[in-house]
Amino acid sequence: MTVTPELDSRFRDAAAAEGLLDVAYDLIDTPVGRLLVAVTDHGVCEIEYDANPEAEEERLARLFGVRVLRSPRPTDAARRQLDEYFAGKRREFELRVDLRPTREFAHAVLDELARVPYGQLTTYGALAAKAGRPRAARAVGTVMNRNPVPIVLPCHRVVGSNGALVGYGGGLDRKRALLELEGAISPLA
Amino acid sequence: MEVVRVPPFERFYEEQREPVLGQLRRMLGRDAADDAFQETFLRALRAYPALEHGRHLRAWALTIARNVALDVLRRSIDTAADVPDLESFDEPLQYEELKRLTADLPQKERAAVFLRYGYDLSYEDIGAALGSSPEAARQAASSGVRRLRRKELR
Repeated sequence: MTVTPELDSRFRDAAAAEGLLDVAYDLIDTPVGRLLVAVTDHGVCEIEYDANPEAEEERLARLFGVRVLRSPRPTDAARRQLDEYFAGKRREFELRVDLRPTREFAHAVLDELARVPYGQLTTYGALAAKAGRPRAARAVGTVMNRNPVPIVLPCHRVVGSNGALVGYGGGLDRKRALLELEGAISPLA
Repeated sequence: MEVVRVPPFERFYEEQREPVLGQLRRMLGRDAADDAFQETFLRALRAYPALEHGRHLRAWALTIARNVALDVLRRSIDTAADVPDLESFDEPLQYEELKRLTADLPQKERAAVFLRYGYDLSYEDIGAALGSSPEAARQAASSGVRRLRRKELR
């Protein structure tokens, strides 16, 4: 008894429209690969590279509640803004982010990260200082690595004190691609 | 006993949507089943956070589907002395015939005969749909059938 795509998407839309979801997510194709983008009533709560949807559903359910459903409509704003960003037509995201599961220091660091402008680089140490703990560069590295909403919160703009790209949750190739897109570094010859 | 966690709703939905649609089509026919499908999973979604464990989820989903279908049948019996639209059903002739044959029966007997022989519901379900006991549903169906037999003999 196959559920037709029409019937299926009617239910997924209705579930979101009735406000019954803890988390709505969808998979979005971009030049840096397919992203899993998840939103709650409070904003974008997760952007994940190379996601395994079943594992992410489990994680999202633990963090935000069991009513996790793939439902494209609530992710439309994020999808549109990501498309514009990758087309070079958007320099700032106008999206709320849901950082409720993120704790004090990490939250403070992510707040500072959100202020790093398009196309500019900063360092782990500088970000640590701005978050009030100048010696915590290494801890800032950990916070960047666990950034729940990469790209929207631009951890790709954070580099080592010597200017080396160092690391990125989605892999260094993607960090380089994002920084080239923003004109922050020149393409490798 | 081992605790079975309630899975994320997406897992539940993907595993139960086909059996649920199957049950709704058996009870309601194709078109009405589509509307009931959405209603079933919206009801499940509303109740989902209150589930205490993830056991028997198939039975839970099918129970909700059955209740939604019974609501639909009850409404169609309430709103008209006529039976639900059966044209989209898999075996229209049989139903058309049943519709014609039962046209003169008292409403309750007609509904009982229809739900029993047209939709193949149990007397428990028929009773629930008609707002009476299973025994009363059985009696209504059999007295309807007796009446039909008498009519045929004439």
